[in-house]
Amino acid sequence: MAMVRRLLGLHERLSVVDVVLALLRIGVVVLVVTGVWATLNKGTFTLKAWESLAVSGVALGAVYALIALGYTLVYGILFMINFAHGEVFMSGAFTAYYVAQWLFLSGFLAQNPVVAFLIVLLVAMLVSATIAVVLERVAYRPLRNAPRLVPLITAIGASLFLQNTFRGLYGAGVKAYPSWPMFTGSLHFGDVEIRVTQIVVFVAAILLMLGLYWFIERTRTGRAMRAVSENKDVAAMMGINVDRVIMTTFAIGGLLAGAAGILYTLLFNQVLFSMGFVPGIKAFTAAVLGGIGNPVGAMVGGLVLGVLESIGPYLLLDGFNIPTPNQLTTVVAFLVLVLVLIFRPTGILGTKDAT
Amino acid sequence: MDVATLRRAVTVGLVGGLAVWHLSLVGMVQAFQTRPIITNYVSFGELLPVLVIPIVGFWASGSRGATSPRSSAGTVMSGAVAGLALGAMIALLCFFIEALHPNGMLINATPPLVQDLRIGFDTLPGTLIQLLGGAAIGAAAASLRIVPPTASRIFVVAAGTMLGFGVMKNLVFQLLSNMGFNSGATFLYQGDGLSLPGALVLFVGTAAVVWLWATRSAGVVSSYRALPRQNRQIAKIAAFGVAAVVIVLLPTVLGPFLSDVATTVGIFILLGLGLNIVVGFAGLLDLGYVAFYALGMYSIAVLTSPVSPAFHPQLNFWLALPIVMLIGAGVGLIVGAPVLRLRGDYLAIVTLGFGEIARIIFLSEWMTPYVGGANGIQGIPAPSILGIIFRDQPGSAPGGVYYPLLAAIVIAALVARSLYNSRVGRAWAAMREDETVAEATGINTTVYKLLAFSLGAVFGGVAGAFYAAKIGVVFPQNLDILISINALALIILGGMGSIAGVLVGALVLVGLPGILREFAQYQLLIFGAVLVAMMLFRPEGLIPNRSRRAELHEADEEPAEGTGGEEAPGTVANVSRLVTESASVRTRPGGSP
Amino acid sequence: MQRLLRWSATITVLLLVLAACAAPGASPSSSAGGSAVASGQDPTTVCAADPFGCVKYGPTDPINLGTSLAITGANSSLGLDSQYGVKVAIALRGKVAGHDVKETDTDDGCSADGGTTSATQLKADPTIVAVVGTSCSSAGIKAAEILSASGIFLLSPSNTAPSLTDPASHQPFYARTAHNDKIQGAAMADFACTVLKVKSAATINDGSPYAQQLQQVFADNFKSKCAGTITTQEAITVGQTDFNSVLTKIAAGKPNLLYYPIFVAEGALITQQAKQTAGLEHTILAGADGIQTPDFLAAAGSAAEGMYMSGPDLAFSGTFYESTFIPKYKEISGESAPISVFHAHAFDATNMIFDAIEKVKLTDAAGNLYIPRTALKDAIFATANFKGITGNLTCNSDGDCANAKISVVQVKSGKYVRIWP
Repeated sequence: MAMVRRLLGLHERLSVVDVVLALLRIGVVVLVVTGVWATLNKGTFTLKAWESLAVSGVALGAVYALIALGYTLVYGILFMINFAHGEVFMSGAFTAYYVAQWLFLSGFLAQNPVVAFLIVLLVAMLVSATIAVVLERVAYRPLRNAPRLVPLITAIGASLFLQNTFRGLYGAGVKAYPSWPMFTGSLHFGDVEIRVTQIVVFVAAILLMLGLYWFIERTRTGRAMRAVSENKDVAAMMGINVDRVIMTTFAIGGLLAGAAGILYTLLFNQVLFSMGFVPGIKAFTAAVLGGIGNPVGAMVGGLVLGVLESIGPYLLLDGFNIPTPNQLTTVVAFLVLVLVLIFRPTGILGTKDAT
Repeated sequence: MDVATLRRAVTVGLVGGLAVWHLSLVGMVQAFQTRPIITNYVSFGELLPVLVIPIVGFWASGSRGATSPRSSAGTVMSGAVAGLALGAMIALLCFFIEALHPNGMLINATPPLVQDLRIGFDTLPGTLIQLLGGAAIGAAAASLRIVPPTASRIFVVAAGTMLGFGVMKNLVFQLLSNMGFNSGATFLYQGDGLSLPGALVLFVGTAAVVWLWATRSAGVVSSYRALPRQNRQIAKIAAFGVAAVVIVLLPTVLGPFLSDVATTVGIFILLGLGLNIVVGFAGLLDLGYVAFYALGMYSIAVLTSPVSPAFHPQLNFWLALPIVMLIGAGVGLIVGAPVLRLRGDYLAIVTLGFGEIARIIFLSEWMTPYVGGANGIQGIPAPSILGIIFRDQPGSAPGGVYYPLLAAIVIAALVARSLYNSRVGRAWAAMREDETVAEATGINTTVYKLLAFSLGAVFGGVAGAFYAAKIGVVFPQNLDILISINALALIILGGMGSIAGVLVGALVLVGLPGILREFAQYQLLIFGAVLVAMMLFRPEGLIPNRSRRAELHEADEEPAEGTGGEEAPGTVANVSRLVTESASVRTRPGGSP
Repeated sequence: MQRLLRWSATITVLLLVLAACAAPGASPSSSAGGSAVASGQDPTTVCAADPFGCVKYGPTDPINLGTSLAITGANSSLGLDSQYGVKVAIALRGKVAGHDVKETDTDDGCSADGGTTSATQLKADPTIVAVVGTSCSSAGIKAAEILSASGIFLLSPSNTAPSLTDPASHQPFYARTAHNDKIQGAAMADFACTVLKVKSAATINDGSPYAQQLQQVFADNFKSKCAGTITTQEAITVGQTDFNSVLTKIAAGKPNLLYYPIFVAEGALITQQAKQTAGLEHTILAGADGIQTPDFLAAAGSAAEGMYMSGPDLAFSGTFYESTFIPKYKEISGESAPISVFHAHAFDATNMIFDAIEKVKLTDAAGNLYIPRTALKDAIFATANFKGITGNLTCNSDGDCANAKISVVQVKSGKYVRIWP
């Protein structure tokens, strides 16, 4: 009996909410299993199609992972969601567009594509990092001791402000990046065709994540970051400049987000002032999914979310004959978030502490 | 003047310069050119950078950070220096634009912008004006600190009134004409802005009024206080009565367009009241409020429209309304139950998700057979009573859906207030302060959270219903997160938990953009800035309620305690303070928001 | 809690009483505009007889023409382009009925909400004689209703949704110089059948009334004209960026043609991603007038090469367009070329209104100008063989005035090249 109870997630004192939640658990499992089985039976997609969807999901997931790292690092130290992180992601890519455009028009891109790409990447990362640091200094630092609601609302306000500032500065139209000559084409791995851009995105993301891992584990600043996220006051007592560490954390999050922005343009080619909002929320979902505050969790969460998003809508809903399930992609992503938060708030890999 | 003050003045000036760069490059300076303050002389676009200068000058001349006591000359000088720095930044921007032509990248960095920033003059005189004008205005603003406070107050209020009347020409002109003061209206205004004589009269007149008030008001106030209680009550009731009459007669005075804006403000007041219960009273940050709004909108559409696909019961609006409220309450409970156990930040994101999900679902092909998909549902009949139709049509009641909406707002405000003063309200306050302690004192937080959430859903649904009744069609494209943010912003501005604050917030954040169309493009930008500014400087809002202010500034009193962002420790002291406070709330007559 | 129950009870009772008192709900009335006598010479009697009265201008007042176009936002090139068309018309016309003309511009926001706001704003101004707008059909649906209720004429240069001139839903004070999408969809189907000779097609719409209705017309015509099969009709949402799943699904049906009459942002992404989707390499891509802008070419890049697009035929007869209109357009807008495709329709719409004003105007002894609203409407509907840039325009009673000529262009070497008819 106790086993059944634990399985259904019921606590000792059975309340109405617990019953509702238990029913919800059962309902979700039933729906998912039925949907998947029905879709596979229906056979709209071939195995090759599923594979290609999975591949594009992994590539997009790598981008989400990079953005999620920014969220998770900040959360680990300040216990706040940096709502404006999506705009940090957008700002780098959007500004670097003009650099890319200039390089393209001057012919430099055609001659030295690799160098041009690295320049664009660097510009994006620096701009994003700057925006992140300014954000912290102006909007978050004065509110460090305020009740939790206050910095959250500030973050929302900052997000709106940044988004619309960029809209006012650069205009509301879409801007298309020039295509990079060395990234065209695709490779075959057995049955599956993977585009070069997808490979580049994935590899670049992995490299950056490894770089971050090395930084956090092996360098002095990284050690300071870990100390501050463990306990701010004790770290201060140990002589660590907490303000500087926080600033560094935001800067690193910004660098990663800027890189994510460029990788995003490799996949989708367009920048728009509103491109940061939805990926920002999805990246947060990824961070929660993997375990908020846990950098490895953010990486795993990003990849999982990317794949879920790519395959999920059709896999789950096509079986129920719901037309155009792709419109419900964001719905699937959010439902994943809700379910994870309700049933396993510590995420797949668990948070770094037991809170 | 010492180095520290000098450096401070320059820094402030540069920051102000950055602000002016921002305003210019996002296009606000140019967008507002079309709105003259004083016709043929000054437009709002030209005024915008100029307005930053006094703020900068005033700020720079403050005595914070000064190493030695300030002389009058020193104060004025620091204002001048700040203004000069700002002017230099503006000049720099102009040269930058002229030299580099960056309008391929920064779309507003164009020669017309330079023209506007130089107020129409050529390069050399224009730059001189920027530098010297900046210094002069900065000095003038700083000098407000050294003149007697009455004089500075007179100047600021009179200038502000003149500015206000100029910007709100549409509103004031309409009001005056509709009330019969045509000659006054045409005297004050010429073209799209104030006329020169009108501006002068306003300035002088307001200055006189403020001066009179400053010198005589002490007497008036004390004689008011000296009145017996009875008479004071009567005075209050009379004032209240006058306000009520004004509000009831508003549509006839405002004319059709402004009544339409007023109705939109009213709908947002309803939304704000509902969100106020969720966020302000119970402390649950709901960012997806638009979901309930959408639910109400579509429920009324399905229930009353003859062309609603799938079901068309074609109910009467008044019969459909309670059904909408029930649906709202039900969905609020269902949606709330799983998510109310989440902590603040997570709840915010999840509710944000719900808002987006609502929009997507109403737009999706999947639901098109029931709710019309992209084409929405049309043909929603106007609500009517005894033959009086409440929609903006020839032959209907003035103000469209204004009167039923007004009634709904009054009822909603009364419900909210009565709940605030009841046991439920106090339970919410306890939960807001510290959930763990509240549970410990026996409050079933889940039930109260659900209650707040459902009530919020009901209010949101009713607001949506009125919107549908007003417009007559519902489209899913309107269901932006913008509406949730709008509602949140207005209760933040007005004051979380404060009912009067909701009114003020709605008037400012919904009414102003409605009247001043140029703001529409920059609405979100301004919202964002307002949210950040409010949180940094005045988190309790413009019209705070007392306990809220205490809660939010308690953190200022104990800066070194605890790790920022954690819940305040639940100590016995806090609990007893809470109990005393709630007791006093009940016994103090008329002391609640 | 008790208090809550008490409140709920009170409110319910109140509402039931109201419901009992309410007369049967009045549906939004499309007012029946009777025709006014336009031949009477005395302004006072004519204006009194006109159900919506007259617009009055003093001897030196400018005539006030309103516009409601998508001048901000992602589709602003569409609205701004039309606005420039209006400005060119005013500049080239000079005076109308002896008065200057001024413009009151509003933003239709390319949405129902925006259309409502803009219409409410315009109708509050009693000096507005007529409105050129809206850009988007979603805004037009609401704006036409509101302006018709006040007797203000709305003449659209770019609304193409069929429902706007459908006899069942047509508003009395509304007409358009743009083509009805019934024609565009049919033309595209014709092109697909006879020129491209494809047997199967798939469509994508973005949830807007324009796209939704246009692709439906195309699908219906494609099936009836050449017995083609529609493999699937998919939908996306505006703001989506990843279309892999929907394109993979479409690829599974192996269509010869993919028609997606949507707007620039999503259109460009679909174009690029379609080229990368396995199974769609040989599928012909086609769009409509929503993406016939330079922005789209820039955004889609080389992926758009070879793509087809239907849209209004810009091969205007005569030299007026090239020799007079375009230079003036460039001068007023500062652009080096028109930024969308409906400027000419806006030009014609403006001139049609001006002509109608000339026909129905009345003056009194003091030199005041009166324009009876219903007579103006009748005059516009009576337009026949109006020689505009877009052709010989004749309005039918449902409001379609366009000499609807649809052409198909192809993207060749990064430019739009007209290839059909």
